[in-house]
Amino acid sequence: MSKPSHKTIDISSAHKQHEDKVLAPGAAAPDFTLHVTPDQTLTLSDLRGRPVILAFYPADWSPVCGDQMALYNEILPEFQKFKAELLGISVDGPWCHGAFSENRHLHFPLLADFEPKGAVSKLYGAYRAKDGFCERALFVIDKNGIIHWSYCSPVAVNPGADGILQALEELPK
Amino acid sequence: MATLRVPVTKDDHAQGPEEAPVTLVEYGDYECPHCGRAYPIVKRVQKHFGKNLRFVFRNFPLNEIHPHAEDAAEVAEFAATQGKFWEMHDLIFENQQALGPETYARLTSSLKLPVSAMESALEQGSFTDRVRSDFSGGVRSGVNGTPTFFINGQRHDDSFDHDVLIAAIEAAGAKKPVKK
Repeated sequence: MSKPSHKTIDISSAHKQHEDKVLAPGAAAPDFTLHVTPDQTLTLSDLRGRPVILAFYPADWSPVCGDQMALYNEILPEFQKFKAELLGISVDGPWCHGAFSENRHLHFPLLADFEPKGAVSKLYGAYRAKDGFCERALFVIDKNGIIHWSYCSPVAVNPGADGILQALEELPK
Repeated sequence: MATLRVPVTKDDHAQGPEEAPVTLVEYGDYECPHCGRAYPIVKRVQKHFGKNLRFVFRNFPLNEIHPHAEDAAEVAEFAATQGKFWEMHDLIFENQQALGPETYARLTSSLKLPVSAMESALEQGSFTDRVRSDFSGGVRSGVNGTPTFFINGQRHDDSFDHDVLIAAIEAAGAKKPVKK
């Protein structure tokens, strides 16, 4: 039987397609190990047993005082009600994260998707290749490591936390 | 598009008629410079729309980066119980560079309100729950920084420059009142 001349579909990535290209609910959250400080790393699967919020964002040091990471810092107690762990991820290096975190008094880890650049963001469909930084992409992962909810915000809009909280509320207790 | 989850009620601090075609809600932080910049803009917008706009202010202090924000919010809430919320709200924004106990005492007495009652209220955290409740409602509504504006319950994602705000409020159904 002759094949019609259409583009071949890459099956391995087809199940990952989502209107916003980020990994969709139902997909297993790809495991990773990233530097949280210049000397320490954090591995996602070490957090199994509790929900995890992954917040990919473009860069530290935006000129807005209520930027996304500072906002989530204020909202941490609300996330903690669900025993959820929040991780911020950008392509900034661990030294930059350290300075930014100290300046904003952040009480949650910032992970450096620094080397290879954007490797983890790419696994999640959250890398802006033309710009060389992450999308503003949010994921709520359940305690078994499955993505329950994901959202990719226009890069200029801080998505806030309402979507995250709604997703956390939906998780089985 | 994020939506306001906590409807405006009689407990809110509102200026303008309840039946105005558009309600503008601001979630603000008294120590935030962007809110400081928005303060005179909102006043001009209110003047523009007159009785066709209701303006509501709710608290959203970013405590980790603005150490005075919470106290300032509680001082305004104290003034509210004495019928002087808006006067205090305005005074605090006009004194943003000097927030602290001495300024609160000075502003309180300038409004002829009891300074010792204000100071005990701060010490006892009498208004902490009110401020927390505004904050939680804001989080659930998708507040994404300060100031965050909601126009008829929809989060305004554009800039809060005067012309942009006016256009957005007009699009939501308010017109500048016609002078008779």
